[in-house]
Amino acid sequence: MRKIASITVALVLVAGLAGCGGGDDAGSTDEVKLAGLWPLSGPNATQGTDVLHGAELAVDVVNNDHPGLDLPLGPGTGLPGLGGAPVKLITGDTQGKPEIGAGEVDRLVTTEKVAAVIGSYQSGVTLTASQRAERLGVPFVNEASSSVALGERGLKWFFRTGPTDETFARSMFDYLKARQAGGDQIRTVGIFHSNDQFGNDGAGVTGKVAAEVGLPVTVNVAFDPTAADLGSQVAQVRSKNPDVLFVLAYTDAAIKLMKTLDQLDYYPPALLAYGSGFADPAFATGLGPLANGASSRAAWSSEIAAKRPAAKTVADLFQQRYGAPMTENSARAFTAVLALAQAIDTAKSTEPAAIRDALRALDIPGDKTIMPWTGIKFDDKGQNTGAAGVVEQMIEGKYRVVFPAELSSVQPIWPMNKAQQ
Amino acid sequence: MSDLLQSVVNGLLIGAVFALVAVGLTLIYGVMDVINFAHGEMVMLGMYTSFFAWSVLGLDPLWSIPLAGVSIALTGLLMYIGAVGRVLGKSPLAQVIVTFGLQVFLRGLAQFLWTPNTRTVPRPWAAGLRWEIGPVVIGGPQVIMAVGALLATGAVAYFMNRTRLGGAVRAAGEDPAAASLMGIDPRKMYALCWVIAGLATGVAGALLMNSYSASPTAGVSFVLMAFVVVAFGGFGSITGAALAGLLVGVVQGVVGLYAPSYTLAAALALYLVVVLVRPQGLLGTR
Repeated sequence: MRKIASITVALVLVAGLAGCGGGDDAGSTDEVKLAGLWPLSGPNATQGTDVLHGAELAVDVVNNDHPGLDLPLGPGTGLPGLGGAPVKLITGDTQGKPEIGAGEVDRLVTTEKVAAVIGSYQSGVTLTASQRAERLGVPFVNEASSSVALGERGLKWFFRTGPTDETFARSMFDYLKARQAGGDQIRTVGIFHSNDQFGNDGAGVTGKVAAEVGLPVTVNVAFDPTAADLGSQVAQVRSKNPDVLFVLAYTDAAIKLMKTLDQLDYYPPALLAYGSGFADPAFATGLGPLANGASSRAAWSSEIAAKRPAAKTVADLFQQRYGAPMTENSARAFTAVLALAQAIDTAKSTEPAAIRDALRALDIPGDKTIMPWTGIKFDDKGQNTGAAGVVEQMIEGKYRVVFPAELSSVQPIWPMNKAQQ
Repeated sequence: MSDLLQSVVNGLLIGAVFALVAVGLTLIYGVMDVINFAHGEMVMLGMYTSFFAWSVLGLDPLWSIPLAGVSIALTGLLMYIGAVGRVLGKSPLAQVIVTFGLQVFLRGLAQFLWTPNTRTVPRPWAAGLRWEIGPVVIGGPQVIMAVGALLATGAVAYFMNRTRLGGAVRAAGEDPAAASLMGIDPRKMYALCWVIAGLATGVAGALLMNSYSASPTAGVSFVLMAFVVVAFGGFGSITGAALAGLLVGVVQGVVGLYAPSYTLAAALALYLVVVLVRPQGLLGTR
């Protein structure tokens, strides 16, 4: 019986993945401290680190002089509204766990006295962390969580710069409508999603918009993100063979899914993903040619950046500094941190309430951001009304914009497996 | 029906890998009474060894099997000599803390050395193979992983049950005092257990790189199943682990078809049933 007891303890400990959060030392008092909470270890650490890099670059843009950069706070050093005070980003590691995210908010607000919190990439962690910030009365700015539910909680201190899954879902269904008009047969859709806040919420929104446009959802698979094998789950999709498969998955599962599709030699005519794992650089590098054909919604793309001088400069800075291309995730974090810095600058204060009021009054035109958006302006739910999405497809190892037509650079490849030949 | 068949086959194939991962765990457990919390990290290191053999030397994961096996066997020996061997005979809590500490350390080390990025071998040789038997499609990587895992598991079982040295290891596990009177040095046998566990996890890691991605937490989902398999198969029983691995794989495969969000829950429910109905496991004696 002792063995049973000890192996049970083992299960709990291994499943729990113990670890501890890290933070930097407190600095001098005249700097503006912001907390950045992301999954810097654990299964989503790749994306968390990428997001952190975007945020760090924004801090660099604020603190150092970038004379040629046509973005607010780009030229000049620090925040002019606070006498040139520099911004300091203090990071906390959520390990991708909702309870640790909330705990880190407590720690950073009470002991580090941060003026505001940015985070937390995963919707499930953003949910608990922003709730804790609300209770402590500190502004929480979210960069890349797209779960619709986050904005429906009536929070007073929550702001989201990026699009929600509903915005993204509408872009993707608009894309499908355009394909139908062009003669492609699209009669049914399937949904393949991880069984967590991000996946369940996105699946719900996809189902809702599908019903609005009259496309039946014939298969809806919620997989366990820790499952070692996705063979059965894909077999279930294959038996219903939907014309379009919507996917919500983080990196590990996204790679597993593409490998399983290859092994079973089954591809739906189109695979439309909600970013996240599909936006991770490891997706393309890890899969090589197997990644070709997958489509994903995106809030940012390097192709659009190339058309906008400020975005191109920022993307080049990112590449120089981190030796990796800027991604949707890092661009979103960059944008969130810069918007928050602008709000603090206009508030001329580090008082949480003053920052919150400044965020509410914020109105940044689209050409003063690096995003393909109409701008940044929050509604009474804290949602940015200017955020929008595009649809990209992985073609020859690179994501290319395929929708909307006025932003697209190539024709989509349909059915998707033609992209692999 | 064809989906069910496909799921059972998928389950059997991945179950073979669960079995191989469980072998080292059940061996160390059965012989030394030590739970190795860092077992999943040994698999993870095996995966990285195979990945770097591919990215640096251009070796296909199949060719890096011996390299990964030997490297992780050495790692296992180091873990035993440097840490675990020093707390043998001390309180069980000390042993738990040492192996758990190794887990946290190795995971942190991997993240420090290789970043948390997900590393994948894009097109291993096995990925070019595919068989279609009636309605069932079987990918090359799955078959290679399963066949390799079964062979390796069989080799360990043969060694333990049919060779003199294997008998000596079992003797050291059953009664260290009596074994040392017969001229067997239990400490050497314990070290051998860690070498074998390292060999098995290293081979498993290289096999997994045919289809999976290496990352600092890559070992978790396999070792979680391995713990269930060890309890299910009977502590210390290698044949039991092999059977239980296949069964757990099939259960996960079939549950994945009908209730895809509950694959982990199903495996853990199976574990609970075993604990309640047959605490010694399928083939356990103690």
